[in-house]
Amino acid sequence: MRLTLVLGAGLTAAFLGAALLSFLWTPEPVSGVNIAARLHPPDSVNLLGTDHFGRDILSMIMVGARTSLGVAVVAVAVGMGFGVPLGLWAAARAGGWLDEIIMRGNDLIFAFPSLVIAILITAVFGPGAVNAIIAIGIFNIPVFARLTRSGALSLWQRDFILAARVSGKSAPRISIEHILPNLTNLLIVQGTIQFSLGILAEAGLSYVGLGAQPPVPSWGRMLAEAQTMVAIAPHVAIVPGMAIVLMVLGLNLLGDGLRDALDPRLKDRVP
Amino acid sequence: MNRWTLGITTALALATAAQAQRTDVTIALQLEPPHLDPTSAAAGAIDSVLYANVFEGLTRFAPDGAVVPSLAESWDISDDGLTYTFHLHPGVTFHDGTAMDAGDVKFSLDRARAEDSVNAQKALFTDIAKVAATDPQTVTITLSRPNGALPFNLAWGDAVIVAPENIAEIKTAPIGTGPFVFDNWRQGDQITLTAYPDYWGTKPALTEATFKFISDPTAAFAAMMAHDIDAFAGFPAPENLPQFEADPRFQVLVGSTEGETILAMNNAQPPFDDIRVRQAVAHAINRQDVIDGAMFGLGTPIGTHFAPHNPDYVDLTAQSVYDPELSLRLLDEAGLADGFSTTLKLPPPSYARRGGEIIAAQLRAVGIRAEITNLEWAQWLEEVFRGRDFGLTIVSHTEPMDINIYARPDYYFQYDNPVFRDLMTTLDGTTDAAARSDLIRQAERIIADDYVNGYLFQLAFPTVADARLRGLWQDQPTQATDLTGVSWAE
Repeated sequence: MRLTLVLGAGLTAAFLGAALLSFLWTPEPVSGVNIAARLHPPDSVNLLGTDHFGRDILSMIMVGARTSLGVAVVAVAVGMGFGVPLGLWAAARAGGWLDEIIMRGNDLIFAFPSLVIAILITAVFGPGAVNAIIAIGIFNIPVFARLTRSGALSLWQRDFILAARVSGKSAPRISIEHILPNLTNLLIVQGTIQFSLGILAEAGLSYVGLGAQPPVPSWGRMLAEAQTMVAIAPHVAIVPGMAIVLMVLGLNLLGDGLRDALDPRLKDRVP
Repeated sequence: MNRWTLGITTALALATAAQAQRTDVTIALQLEPPHLDPTSAAAGAIDSVLYANVFEGLTRFAPDGAVVPSLAESWDISDDGLTYTFHLHPGVTFHDGTAMDAGDVKFSLDRARAEDSVNAQKALFTDIAKVAATDPQTVTITLSRPNGALPFNLAWGDAVIVAPENIAEIKTAPIGTGPFVFDNWRQGDQITLTAYPDYWGTKPALTEATFKFISDPTAAFAAMMAHDIDAFAGFPAPENLPQFEADPRFQVLVGSTEGETILAMNNAQPPFDDIRVRQAVAHAINRQDVIDGAMFGLGTPIGTHFAPHNPDYVDLTAQSVYDPELSLRLLDEAGLADGFSTTLKLPPPSYARRGGEIIAAQLRAVGIRAEITNLEWAQWLEEVFRGRDFGLTIVSHTEPMDINIYARPDYYFQYDNPVFRDLMTTLDGTTDAAARSDLIRQAERIIADDYVNGYLFQLAFPTVADARLRGLWQDQPTQATDLTGVSWAE
């Protein structure tokens, strides 16, 4: 259990570090094209080889991590920013018409396959990183809204909330001062999981050409462009593929580890 | 002999028999036609399926680009060069069984050149003053001025003979005079053709042909490898060709095309209205890198808008040689020492998408920041070709002998030069071959001197086919997949 957390945190930190480092330094610039050096297999100069334009793949992965993480972070922030208040509000008015409206609205968004709608949004408003963020963010809203509402509903039955109500605190104040702090663990864990789904969604959108536009490197597009070259230069496809796998694996492990570490009920059972 | 052996032997015998008698073919193309009327759209994909298969004109292009008789057996030209008399082939029928006669030719040509015609190449018909059906087998075309290129113009897919009764349905159920009858179109997937039993000419060896549309390069590779298709005309992934070449099951034909691939510049939009800026762009491009990087070496560098395999081609590549230092100096002279930002709108083919990334990087090196937007074909036609809302774009002009587009100031790159226009008018009125060559060479030089566009390379046309398939066109003198000579080797 400890191992999951360490491994997850390690992988995530490695990619995060690479993304941050890429702002200051990459082994080679990613904007340059050097056709003479294209499709070189990994060697001591280009640790992960070069792509079909002769760009250093390690540098591309580092800058691509920035795109991936950036889109996912903002998308999760959008989901939390809208979803959590909506969930708190719905829980405070549980059973009322407002609760109904919020939750049925959430069901409406949930009813659509998220990636298909994301494709629709980017197709209508044009491809690009910003539209990808909006598309992925919208589908994070109901996830957080539902989670917050169900967590908050059980908290509203607790004695300390009753005490707060008796002392005359308003519902919004109780939601912010007493309910929200008790949901933090839940939200952190869910946030990590949504974060990994966001990475996958961004890679998927870029793969079909609707994510970040060239020349901004993106893992999904690197994978798509490498597709026809698998037979002649397999590393061009394997490297971005592995980057996506490891990043998502790392975040899922981190989410699992955090849940185990933060959940008091689970903590009791561990020797 | 037990039952198993018998079964296997029978199966083998059947398989061998089936192989020897094979008369069907499945050919894949990258683009699906938007509809099936070659006389009312610019989309070359229509001709790729229908030209010479379903529709025929008075003349036609042979596989080497020569103009040869088709529905017209022969023609006479009057001494003043103004009257062409075409003698039609007797016994030609449309696929609905009705006879094709001079009246149908008059109808087709009058429809194509009419005021309200939506023909994409109306310029082909501008010199025609009158089309008359002298008798059922003779058509007389009177010109307003001599035009030596008339038989060439009539060979285009835009000048094919259509049936008047079919006009209402031509976009979905075309009827022509060719060796194949349109059978069925499963939109988004395939078009099937069957042999026409009453065809007037040499009957093709095939009885059935299927055109499949596969736009994704990876899917194209997989379909070819799995033998789902027998040939892919215009294979979209040049990086996979060496693999097919090394495989004895396949043959790879790399042919030439009429496709001049250019980095088009919006000549009416600042800063591209300044010749120094256009020249700077031209010198900032490393053609060989574009050819190697985007096409894996397939393609011939060009220095003007003309096909290198044409005898009248002048090699002007030296005039726009890769020289970033010169680009920087030119930009400095034009008052753009800090560079500038522009748009680079790219249609789907890999020459544009990959070439665009390489060119954007090369332009960045001299301070020109080209923001890439990837567009689908429909969007590209709307925004760039019709809307002229672009700074730079990459596209291949696949029409034969299309240097005259530079005489159209309203054409999407908006080049406006009266000297060039006059030259084209003179060319149209010249019938002498040597004089024509001379004028064409002058035209090539003018547009190269004016750096109208960045001239990149002549598009190559790779066809991957089953090794046993014979008679496919190697070159693309016009966009076509002529099946009349295609057969299976024994």
